[in-house]
Amino acid sequence: MSSLTPELNRPKSKTELFVVFTLLALQGFGGVLAIVQHEFVDRRKWMTKAQFVEDWSVAQVMPGPNVANLCLMIGGKYFGLPGAMAALAGLLLAPLMIVLALAILFGGIADSPSAQGALKGMGAVSAGLIMATGLKLSTTLPQNPMGMKTAILFAVLSFICVGIFRFPLIWALLGLGVVSCFITYHALKQLQTKLDAMSNQSSKSESNSKGPGT
Amino acid sequence: MTISLSPQDWLDFFVHFASLSLLGIGGAITTAPDMHRYLVDEKNWLTDATFSSSIALAQSAPGPNVLFVALMGWHIGLNAGGGFGAGASAWGLGLMGVTLSMLGILLPSSVLTYKATRWAYQNRNLLSVRAFKSGMAPIVIGLLVSAGWILSVAQNDYAKNWKLWLVTVIATLVVTRTSIHLLWLIAAGGLVGATGIL
Repeated sequence: MSSLTPELNRPKSKTELFVVFTLLALQGFGGVLAIVQHEFVDRRKWMTKAQFVEDWSVAQVMPGPNVANLCLMIGGKYFGLPGAMAALAGLLLAPLMIVLALAILFGGIADSPSAQGALKGMGAVSAGLIMATGLKLSTTLPQNPMGMKTAILFAVLSFICVGIFRFPLIWALLGLGVVSCFITYHALKQLQTKLDAMSNQSSKSESNSKGPGT
Repeated sequence: MTISLSPQDWLDFFVHFASLSLLGIGGAITTAPDMHRYLVDEKNWLTDATFSSSIALAQSAPGPNVLFVALMGWHIGLNAGGGFGAGASAWGLGLMGVTLSMLGILLPSSVLTYKATRWAYQNRNLLSVRAFKSGMAPIVIGLLVSAGWILSVAQNDYAKNWKLWLVTVIATLVVTRTSIHLLWLIAAGGLVGATGIL
């Protein structure tokens, strides 16, 4: 998008990757994504904002934990498979030990009424956090190529299937997903045809300069 | 809660997480409803309270939220070994639960992601790649809301649990409308709960 690409830094070693991911995982309470963006784009300048968004959308679409996927992609970009594993280990090891330590400390007092109450309260809040994440992301629905109404319809259908009727996940993903991807494909194709027609009309000379990108 | 798990059960446990790994588009948390169905409703390996608190604890601790899976593995292992007080054998089973659940939830998706990433990146302008990305978005958003919904209706006694519902609604509103650090909210929920008024 921007023609002036700023000078980008890069990690010097797999050890640096491991340390950096450990540090940012330890800062990420209630999820790591915001920290990853801040650290890599704003502070260390390993990637541009546009690159981050592209990587993130792929990480989000692939199955599995999003941040773990992003971590594999970033580590793999610099040092191949060993880099991907160093980054993933950094993301998981220290937080895993902390969370187990907390579970053990908490386990000793878990039967007391106030601990049970605290758990109930934290559970209720975390239910809210997850719903809020879904609601925040739903602000992207109006820009969906299949149109706002259809996109909202599919979000609501998926909620009804899994949230209300408790169907196994695969029903929503395969059943609804195939239909919605099909609709999106056709919407994009129509858009593409329109855009092609417009660009053909406006300037025929420019179509020749569409060589292989950067 | 004490349960007993045969090697076959452990294998089923691993295979269940491994299959959810490939279904967890939008994050492992979107598979939480299915974990609840399997671990709590079908197998009775975990109680409702432990299930919810695993998610709450992983969210309140630093690190990626996927660690709630490790906590579920840990608690199932402890339950199988007779509880934390039963000593080293129970802790060993707990660590086995951690290892199997984390390997299950991470390995298939990581291999697939690593292999597919380069291809998807090089073909990111392809119509089918864009259709897949945009087409799955609404479904994934619906699943996220479902995961929160199922956690909040874990106890169905509305008359008795309206205060918990209120906490969930307030938390949802605060997160969507402000940029407050999530840790404060979870701490607040824990404090209010500890006083026993919920």
